[in-house]
Amino acid sequence: MTDIPTLTFDPADTCLNVEQLSVSYDGKAALREVSLTVPRHRVTAFIGPSGCGKSTLLRSFNRMNDLIRGVEVTGHIQLFGEDILAPEVDVTVLRRRIGMVFQQPNPFPMSVFDNVAYGLRLQGLSDQRALEREVEWALRSAALWDEVKDRLEASALTLSGGQQQRLVIARAIAIRPEVLLLDEPASALDPISTLKIEELIGQLAEAYSIIVVTHNMQQAARVSDYTAFLYLGELVEFSATDDLFTRPQARQTEDYITGRYG
Amino acid sequence: MKTPSGWRSGDGALWLSTGAVTLTLLLTVTLLVLLGRVGFGHFWPEPLATFTFDPATGQPPVVAARREHSTFALAEGGMEARTLLRTGNRDTAPPDFRWVADASLRSARFDPAAIELERRSWGPALGLLAPPEAPAADRAALAARQWARLEGALTLPPQARSGTLTLYGADGSARPLPLAEVVRAWRPNAMNLQDKLSLYFSRIGAFISEPPREANTEGGIFPALFGTVLMVMLMTVVVTPVGVVAALYLHEYAPQGPLTQMLRIAVNNLAGVPSIVYGVFGLGFFVYLVGGSLDRAFFADTLPAPTFGTPGLLWASLTLALLTLPVMIVATEEGLSRIPRQLREASLALGATRFETIRHIILPQALPAVLTGVILAVARGAGEVAPLMLVGVVKLAPELPLDGTFPFLHLDRQFMHLGFHIYDLAFQSPNVEAARPLVYASALLLVLMIVLLNLGAVLLRAYLRGRHRDPLG
Repeated sequence: MTDIPTLTFDPADTCLNVEQLSVSYDGKAALREVSLTVPRHRVTAFIGPSGCGKSTLLRSFNRMNDLIRGVEVTGHIQLFGEDILAPEVDVTVLRRRIGMVFQQPNPFPMSVFDNVAYGLRLQGLSDQRALEREVEWALRSAALWDEVKDRLEASALTLSGGQQQRLVIARAIAIRPEVLLLDEPASALDPISTLKIEELIGQLAEAYSIIVVTHNMQQAARVSDYTAFLYLGELVEFSATDDLFTRPQARQTEDYITGRYG
Repeated sequence: MKTPSGWRSGDGALWLSTGAVTLTLLLTVTLLVLLGRVGFGHFWPEPLATFTFDPATGQPPVVAARREHSTFALAEGGMEARTLLRTGNRDTAPPDFRWVADASLRSARFDPAAIELERRSWGPALGLLAPPEAPAADRAALAARQWARLEGALTLPPQARSGTLTLYGADGSARPLPLAEVVRAWRPNAMNLQDKLSLYFSRIGAFISEPPREANTEGGIFPALFGTVLMVMLMTVVVTPVGVVAALYLHEYAPQGPLTQMLRIAVNNLAGVPSIVYGVFGLGFFVYLVGGSLDRAFFADTLPAPTFGTPGLLWASLTLALLTLPVMIVATEEGLSRIPRQLREASLALGATRFETIRHIILPQALPAVLTGVILAVARGAGEVAPLMLVGVVKLAPELPLDGTFPFLHLDRQFMHLGFHIYDLAFQSPNVEAARPLVYASALLLVLMIVLLNLGAVLLRAYLRGRHRDPLG
């Protein structure tokens, strides 16, 4: 596989730099020596069949894997040149810089407003005016403001699934992270909501570096600039999305995108 | 397709489960009805009759109320029907309850001049306001005069009353009764329904709000009620934070391995330890060790008279908190495990620390489960008697543990408790028949008190659950 060239970016345009990253759970390898660079202010998609390690890779970036018992991580990940796997790194600071949205919409059982304000309040912002301003900005950025501006005090659980997912995105960007990780953000949603999320991803890419994990190849093709294909814990191919879907270099990639397995 | 028949159809299971619920309901209702009927029937003014007996028995006539009817097997063979008469007058004509053979009863006449008086000592006095043999017109006038004087006197405080009331026996004997001794008086045969109702409720009110008299067989149970509520509250204040923190550790912080699992099993097993063992532990550890050390450190000048090294409210509350701790931990952990992992991850992914996640997300979500734990702990704790006898409950406490003198809440005082009160009335009372209705009434009040405390927690829980309910489920 080493004969398949992967993309590299100019250091100024590199957001995350992964070197020889291996992750195992209780001795069982989930990722094997993955190396890749993620560009800044672009949408990068990770695709691959279930269990290929794409979510593990994503969760390595904000060290959510730390929460799992028996996990072992080797290798290096640099965020704008800083090593984020070093033991002295404060993960709470790291997670503010790298926001994450999960597969299932998971708003807190609080009001819409409090959901978006949660991260801001954690950072010590308590001025109501400032909070209102920031919450409105985040909700507008997540294309949700017009739908919820009259019901900010309503429970977030009264929103539809698609609205909840956009609320969660608003919550993540409210604290203005540098990178946004989206773990199959639309897989639990209906087609219309999926479309809205995809449009939103396109808009957000102007301000954020976005990594989206998806098992929906059409989605990857629609929203991403670059696509990485992972298979059995290894990075098989990483190239511009158009290239990967039209001229796959590796045999496994071709098999996958043509639907021969996965 | 064949419809499943027999046990597989599920009909049997349905009947079995409905049957179990019905049985439980039936037993509960029976218990409550029994407690209510005997306990609160006691406060209804019973009609008083003048009973005369077969001259052969040599029994003088007596003013009494019918309490109970039963059939006894005689030693010489055969059965005899007897009536239990409540005659009162424990001071002048004991005993105050007597079984008489129905065969020896000659007549029962309901005299409008019959009166029952609750007294400060010696229990109720029963008698007539006018001599039984006098002409009817004179009797009515005398009875009315005496009643008017009594009613006037009862409006004054006892120390301001002077004079006596003349109480006549069914045999014509007369005796003076100091007005200052009387607590309450009524003429049951001359009362209409409204009078009876108002007397009934005023007696129940007095039962709930007054301290006991005469070895707890008269008067009210207020100190016991108060002591129980106060102790349960103190217990809740102690057990809730400790239980929640312990559950948080077990579920959120402790590495989930065999050691934690063993810890969990140990906690569950604590719930099965007999409560008297907790009492002995409380006495040895809290009272003697902790209390004794406190005394030596801070109250050395009053030794050997102990301050905290003696059973008291604080130690009783702590002992019960220990006893209910397993319930609290299990209920809270149950609630913690129901919180979806996604919520924790969402909070952590926003840069919250583990503590912030617990504080802002986990705890508010676990609150209903915590309240479930409180409900279970209160139900368990309020009904406990055995351990309390060792660590602070007494038959009669001269002072309430909460009063207007500094420091207001006297944690070192001994206190009265409804559960122990019931035990004391039922098994330690010098006057079993007099105490019996009070046992039932106290038991019903204890049940009602627990229901009330729980109702508060249930309503709070319903409110908390309803606040952020997902409309779809």
